[in-house]
Amino acid sequence: MYVYDEHDRQMAAERVAQFRDQTERALAGELAEEEFLPLRLQNGLYVQRLAPMLRICVPYGMLRSVQLRRLARITRDYDKGYAHFTTRQNVQLNWPNLEDVPDILAELAEVEMHANQTSGNCIRNTTTDQFAGVQSDELTDPRPYCEIIRQWSTFHPEFAYLPRKFKVAVNASEKTDRAAIQVHDIGLQIVRNDAGELGFRVHVGGGLGRTPMVAPVIREFLPELDLLTYLEAVLRVYNRYGRRDNKFKARIKILVKALTPAGFAEKVEAEWAHIKDSPSRLTREAIERIQAYFTEPAYAALDNATDLLARQRFENRAFDQWLQHNVDTHKKPGYAIVSLTLKKTGTPPGDVTDRQLEQIADLADEYSFGEVRVTHQQNVVLADVRQDRLLELWEQLGPMGFGTANLNTLTDIICCPGGDFCALANAKSIPVADAIQRRFDNLDFLYDLGEIDLNISGCMNACGHHHVGNIGVLGVDKKGQEFYQVSLGGASQHDATIGKILGPSFARDDMPDVIAKIIDVYVNKRTDEESFLDTYRRVGIDPFKERVYA
Amino acid sequence: MPDIIFRDGSIRQNQWFVVSRPERGETLDIPEQKRVLIPADLWIENREQFAGNENIGVWLDSHDEPEVLADHVNELPLIAVNFPKFSDGRGYSIARLLRERFGYENELRAIGDVLLDQLQFMKRCGFDTYELRPDKDIRKAARALNFFSQGYQAATDTDLPLFRRRAS
Repeated sequence: MYVYDEHDRQMAAERVAQFRDQTERALAGELAEEEFLPLRLQNGLYVQRLAPMLRICVPYGMLRSVQLRRLARITRDYDKGYAHFTTRQNVQLNWPNLEDVPDILAELAEVEMHANQTSGNCIRNTTTDQFAGVQSDELTDPRPYCEIIRQWSTFHPEFAYLPRKFKVAVNASEKTDRAAIQVHDIGLQIVRNDAGELGFRVHVGGGLGRTPMVAPVIREFLPELDLLTYLEAVLRVYNRYGRRDNKFKARIKILVKALTPAGFAEKVEAEWAHIKDSPSRLTREAIERIQAYFTEPAYAALDNATDLLARQRFENRAFDQWLQHNVDTHKKPGYAIVSLTLKKTGTPPGDVTDRQLEQIADLADEYSFGEVRVTHQQNVVLADVRQDRLLELWEQLGPMGFGTANLNTLTDIICCPGGDFCALANAKSIPVADAIQRRFDNLDFLYDLGEIDLNISGCMNACGHHHVGNIGVLGVDKKGQEFYQVSLGGASQHDATIGKILGPSFARDDMPDVIAKIIDVYVNKRTDEESFLDTYRRVGIDPFKERVYA
Repeated sequence: MPDIIFRDGSIRQNQWFVVSRPERGETLDIPEQKRVLIPADLWIENREQFAGNENIGVWLDSHDEPEVLADHVNELPLIAVNFPKFSDGRGYSIARLLRERFGYENELRAIGDVLLDQLQFMKRCGFDTYELRPDKDIRKAARALNFFSQGYQAATDTDLPLFRRRAS
């Protein structure tokens, strides 16, 4: 994992001092609210329905145990003793005081954390696959590129006042896309060209929100060393020509659509021609220097613990289920990737207490070289667990609340904070997730249904990624009443698709029934091997419509 | 006229008067005995007349294209870029293009909704003078220009992104 050097530390400290100065001027009335707004947003601070909300950056989802413990302490000292893992691999505090925020940021800086550019019209946290570096099918570890982009985008002097927010995601796996890159402003797929050279396929102009779009490819192959100059060209075209007259048409996807992907690509290429050989061009040495931070931990030379696990599974059905659903194959023999689900019924998806944060830190130290990854599905991953210690680990998870073996099932719901917390929301989302989790409480039935992404957003800003859920739920406001619109067929991986709206929206109390009917249609129509998405794609939306609105 | 901040934080008297764009049907009215900044496209239209006049510079609005000046930038003593709203970030790209693409070497000034907390970004993008909005405390400019002792990226102020400095 990346470790700060003296340059990073100095800039982090200067940033805290700057925000302290800005906060003091804001509290002294020297900065108007609208002048302070982008400054506080770019330091992670929103003013929310009930209190300020602080969004803390977790660069590409990586956290060390010392950072988890510091987060736990901060939630105790400055908040109400819990935090929320977001759908963009970050962490949010719901109850900090405005005047405490500089102190919180100073405490974060001590453990190499920050809240830079987690909000506002700037380049946000770059995200990637939570299994980066430990899966066997990736071309190379994507995290060094994320770190290179993090450094380039941090306090970028030209791109701090973009038309709108800007999100970059990187994926390196050929089979899967856990980073959902095609619904980002820029999605970078690491590829090799025919000559065997490493580079990126560049997608630009994806996004959710009011106008969901899957990002078109604007360059099939970008050589590795050209990464930053090309990003600079894309951002400059966007900064100059993106719409600023209407917030809802200001994302880069609207510009790409208006110019057509080919027209947009042409503008970018023309800009890039001027700067591709500038000093911002990466060097092999610079990439290798960052890659050196992401080397493998000290793995033991092990064989797969196949026999041991088989025996343990035979003796313990619950362990068997957990292993089947929450544990993934690791590239190293004898190791496994473990997902801790933060989706226990009765707890809002992604919420953790201070004590749980410390427990995760302890587990990381004991079982996974002191590191964890946060996922955009709002779960936490221990990426390097020895197979012969899985049972021992699993036995501790139940009491801690991380053992629900529902990863990727219907109840592993992605859910934004919604109207319970968020000032933007049209409707509550957490109670809908809770009601659905309560309705589908039979694990055997969930397993039989297989993988289904159910995503819930409380408004069109789509923090809950509802457009790309196989089943998507969107909270809408109708004359002051909360209703929920359902869409089907969304997908976020290599086959990224925006879901189709089923029809008129439903009252909150009806939602578990509506989901049950949709599931019912799937169960009746599916063939043996079909997932929910397969069946939907084969039979179309009509059978679902007929059943739900019958 | 309000004072002007220089990139080193010093404060000097403003010499330049901004002439706004004439209304339709009106002609450009250039006050005598003053150093003036006129809309860039009008300067280009009358370049024969203005070029070489050390008392006439131009200003660009945030939606203007610096490309209109292109090869002629160094015929100008001063180019100003207007920030109609401090949150309109187009001026940063305009400044870098003027400096890095068109090789502009004379004074580049930020005018309009210029506040304290954006000064260092402006400096990094090639602006060397700043006309702070009058209600802001000009004595705080020197600090705001230097919140950070370095940056990660190459920009107009440095050819060396941090990854190149780290290597040496």
